Amino acid sequence: MINTNDILQTIQMIDHQHLDVRTITMGVNLLDCCDPDPAAACRKIYDKITTSAEKLVKTGEDIETEFGIPIVNKRISVTPMALVAGASRTADYVPFAAAMDRAAKAVGVNFIGGFSALVQKGMTEGDKKLIAAIPEALAVTDVVCSSVNVGSTKAGINMDAVALMGQTIKALAERTADQGGFGCAKLVVFCNAVEDNPFMAGAFHGVGEAERVINVGVSGPGVVHHALQSVKGQPFDVVAETIKKTAFQVTRMGQLVAREASSRLGVPFGIVDLSLAPTPAIGDSVARILEEMGLEVCGTHGTTAALALLNDAVKKGGVMASSSVGGLSGAFIPVSEDEGMIAAAQAGALTLDKLEAMTCVCSVGLDMIAVPGDTSAATLSAIIADEAAIGMVNQKTTAVRVIPAPGKRVGDVVEFGGLLGSAPVMPCHTGSAEDFVARGGRIPAPMHSLKN
Amino acid sequence: MKAIVTVIGKDQVGIIAAVCALLSEKNVNVLDISQTVLQEYFTMIMLVDASQATVPFARLREDLAEAGKERNLDIRIQREDIFNAMHRI
Repeated sequence: MINTNDILQTIQMIDHQHLDVRTITMGVNLLDCCDPDPAAACRKIYDKITTSAEKLVKTGEDIETEFGIPIVNKRISVTPMALVAGASRTADYVPFAAAMDRAAKAVGVNFIGGFSALVQKGMTEGDKKLIAAIPEALAVTDVVCSSVNVGSTKAGINMDAVALMGQTIKALAERTADQGGFGCAKLVVFCNAVEDNPFMAGAFHGVGEAERVINVGVSGPGVVHHALQSVKGQPFDVVAETIKKTAFQVTRMGQLVAREASSRLGVPFGIVDLSLAPTPAIGDSVARILEEMGLEVCGTHGTTAALALLNDAVKKGGVMASSSVGGLSGAFIPVSEDEGMIAAAQAGALTLDKLEAMTCVCSVGLDMIAVPGDTSAATLSAIIADEAAIGMVNQKTTAVRVIPAPGKRVGDVVEFGGLLGSAPVMPCHTGSAEDFVARGGRIPAPMHSLKN
Repeated sequence: MKAIVTVIGKDQVGIIAAVCALLSEKNVNVLDISQTVLQEYFTMIMLVDASQATVPFARLREDLAEAGKERNLDIRIQREDIFNAMHRI
């Protein structure tokens, strides 16, 4: 029989350190739902999603019961909708989002991602219509998530799309002003978006993927934090080893759940995403891990180095534990979803500039950050451009999910509730980037040689 | 299907008897037991075979939890695979 201490350690992790599987996400290909008649296309989309994911939630719950491990979310990602809707003779793409919303609710998942467009090099007519529909689509639906990829290391940054996304985020915030601009929490602007990401709001089912696929996102900031408490004051080699061991255990659990879900649903297993995803709950924070390494507060000098170590060690530990690793795989730093980040931002220790630096060494980017409601579209675009540049040059995924909270000023707090938490409104630089964004065109892809 | 039953709580008379009675009632076979009392805290871990159980796994889990509540104990059952995955390479 397995060692008693090992069994008790696992139970401790689940009960007291918030160990869970963050999401089982089923990717569904919708390319075969294209139809010149938009109503027919929407019908096909609804039918395909509901038949594909009919048993997803039930299967997730069964696994949860049998293994005694919480599976927090069951979700769906679909083919970028601009590709599917592009075949239909219509200028209005909102009904496509509505079809996704209905289907997701019918099967009981809590989010569906893929109201998306990939425009890193240029925009098709379908892409333009989709982006134009985003504010309305995310305002009238509840569980649909949207993402737009505006840049890549190979293609450069599409600055026309960047300018458009600044305006879109602004319009979406206004359209959902009664909920504090909540719509913006469901929209991600990417550079180097990945095709197999199971996490929302940026999940979509890439065209290089199979018909259907099961991707699993694990979590466990609380477990890593707890493990580090036992190596106080020891050198960084020990810190890295401790994180690796913990990440290994967490990922093995994710791999088991992924395999089990895949075989029960008869859907191929795709990847395990090795991300440390925090929640607003006490003891489930990435910021507190960084502080455990010896920083008084997250955001102070040393934070970037601490995060770099954490991010790398999580990957090294996780890679051996899973047969296939993918998605975003790294530490997330969503401000509103992390109790320690919220505290650091409220104390003024964590700024937008520091967060930008942190995104150079960790997964994703400026995530769940509230900025003042009067922030201009051009400033939002410039924030996106900065972040996309980091991703483009460093050959990694970066993203922006900012909420220009209507009517809110620096120091106010926007409440989103649940896993999305609450966001302290953070100050932006006030110098205008209007003329910079107005130029449009493309920032060319970077050199891949002469690397010094 | 092999599963691990863990019982954690304050030591008292008849814990093992009660858990074993419940398991035998549902036709769950006990394969191995390890038990310790540490500072009045009782910890028992049982390896069981639930493949011939007369009730579905979810029901078994509920019944055990319920029986635990009556005695102020934390009783749970989980498939063995999760522990193997996390602690064995």
